[in-house]
Amino acid sequence: MIRLTKPKVFEKPTGVRDYLPEAVAQLRAVEFRVLECMERWGYRQIITPTLEFYDTVGVASSTEDKKLFKLLDRKGQTVVLRSDMTAPIARVVSSLLKEHPFPVRLSYHSNVFRAFEDEAGRDAEFFQTGVELVGDASSEADAEVVALAVASLRAAGVKSFKIAIGHVGFLNGLLQETLPGREDDQTLLKECLLHRDYVGYRDAIRRLNVSADAARELEGILRLRGGQEICEQAVHVTKDETAKAAIGHLCGVWDVLKAYGVSEHVLIDLTMIGDFSYYTGLTFEGYAAELGFPVCSGGRYDNLLAQFGRPAPATGFALKTNRILEVVGKERGEQPQRVLVMYTAGRRAEAFAAAAEMRSRQGLLVETRLVPGRADGAGSADDAGRRVEALADGTYRFQGILYHNVMTYSDK
Amino acid sequence: MGDLLKVAMPKGRIYKQAAKLLRSAGLPVPEEIDDSRKLIIPVPEMNMEFIMAKPVDVPTYVEYGVADIGIVGKDVLMEENRNVYELLDLGIARCRMSVIGLPDWRPALHPRVATKYPNVASQFFREKGQQVEVIKLNGSIELAPLIGLADRIVDMVETGQTLRENGLVEQEVLFEITSRLIANRVSYRMKNEPIQRLCDLLQDTVTQRA
Repeated sequence: MIRLTKPKVFEKPTGVRDYLPEAVAQLRAVEFRVLECMERWGYRQIITPTLEFYDTVGVASSTEDKKLFKLLDRKGQTVVLRSDMTAPIARVVSSLLKEHPFPVRLSYHSNVFRAFEDEAGRDAEFFQTGVELVGDASSEADAEVVALAVASLRAAGVKSFKIAIGHVGFLNGLLQETLPGREDDQTLLKECLLHRDYVGYRDAIRRLNVSADAARELEGILRLRGGQEICEQAVHVTKDETAKAAIGHLCGVWDVLKAYGVSEHVLIDLTMIGDFSYYTGLTFEGYAAELGFPVCSGGRYDNLLAQFGRPAPATGFALKTNRILEVVGKERGEQPQRVLVMYTAGRRAEAFAAAAEMRSRQGLLVETRLVPGRADGAGSADDAGRRVEALADGTYRFQGILYHNVMTYSDK
Repeated sequence: MGDLLKVAMPKGRIYKQAAKLLRSAGLPVPEEIDDSRKLIIPVPEMNMEFIMAKPVDVPTYVEYGVADIGIVGKDVLMEENRNVYELLDLGIARCRMSVIGLPDWRPALHPRVATKYPNVASQFFREKGQQVEVIKLNGSIELAPLIGLADRIVDMVETGQTLRENGLVEQEVLFEITSRLIANRVSYRMKNEPIQRLCDLLQDTVTQRA
């Protein structure tokens, strides 16, 4: 649309939003509970800058180039608004924390920026809360991160959820086995799965001129979804070493998850591949009942750290905090009690002392207000707006705002 | 009893064929729905709830998860480009997306193409390296070349009857269209069992019909 006029004074750029006090309270509550949970697992919070160089973090991040917000700094160098926290953390682990022994466990809660986000909602700025576990390639590490995702979703207040885990190695191996050397055809099939186009995937297989066995094998993976039994099924599907190793790894992760006692929340889905140019091993995505969009995603990215000069395996996940607010936002936590202290100039010190005492207690919000004459406004019929109204439920209303208690310090 | 499935059904042309397909798969779609004007129709016999939607909106309902699954034409999926699972080719409402023009069409210096599918049309001509001006219309696309608004159109062709009656010819087929079963990303995981069961049932029926 062509704009002929300046924006109205209250307009904002597309995709950004204000958070009013109630929304902030919800966001902070979720942030606090989740970060605390992560801290208890040994993940310490980190803050990195909003701006990063395009040539370092921008290029290394998994975000598509066209989705990065790019700006020029004072020297004309291209900088980006961070699009996720994984690449900045990789940079920190490879520089400031270079001497820190592996594994490194870090957590974050941060706003991130994406231009042209495809996902419905299309926010250009949103919050992510997550962790990175750097320097451990074991299935124990993969399972720890999945188990922590389960714990974090619980801590956030999400009641009913599932986490689907997959492994990019399985598909890579299977495609290499069925379509040896045919890179373009492999990419075509992966693109179909990435875009969740199963019809296109089956069509492509039919057109690809592969043996009937290979075709059956490729179509079969669309059904490799479920619990532990999938591991056993999948092992028989393929003879490829990469694929077999991937399955072996997944089974290992499953065993660890069972020991964590969270396997009821987890299902195996070998069609879930995520961004295959970025992830190198286990990938996962979390889904909450009653919400049409995933609430978390993560996986193993063993090639990223090398781009910052300290090659190391790494895995992690991010909660989509804004989405989680949609699920848990409906139930409100304990509200603090609002107290209004009204005073006349002569009793100011006394009123402030009382307010200070109440503010030192938990669960009280204290506002103070200077009023002329008698502090409760009683008797000043000429100014009805200054009258405190006692309501039937024991609360008070003053100038349209509800208070649990009103205290007055007025001249005798 | 498993989870209730919310199904976005396309109103109009595709609905009748979709209902027929569901019935021939053995699903008890009540007859009285066919002419109902209700927008939300519970079908307890199937543990489903039908949401009667304008076809072009079906992928939107499914993407946002207010419907778990939906039935929609490939034309709409190509145009809307929504983030949903495309599970199954139902083989119904078969037609094709084509470039159409007058029989004496010659390449124009400033070609204009009228269509209900601006994204599909733009992409098609862009990938062919042709520069055309795409004009979005909402109906009676065949009018455009007849009255000189555009020299060609991109539209769905089922039997070709409308084209013949208006003296237009099909120049090129972009892709074949059938209706698809689509699913929401989360529902496909959270309600996988009923969705997969329905998908298998329909797959068998579609294969038998073919």
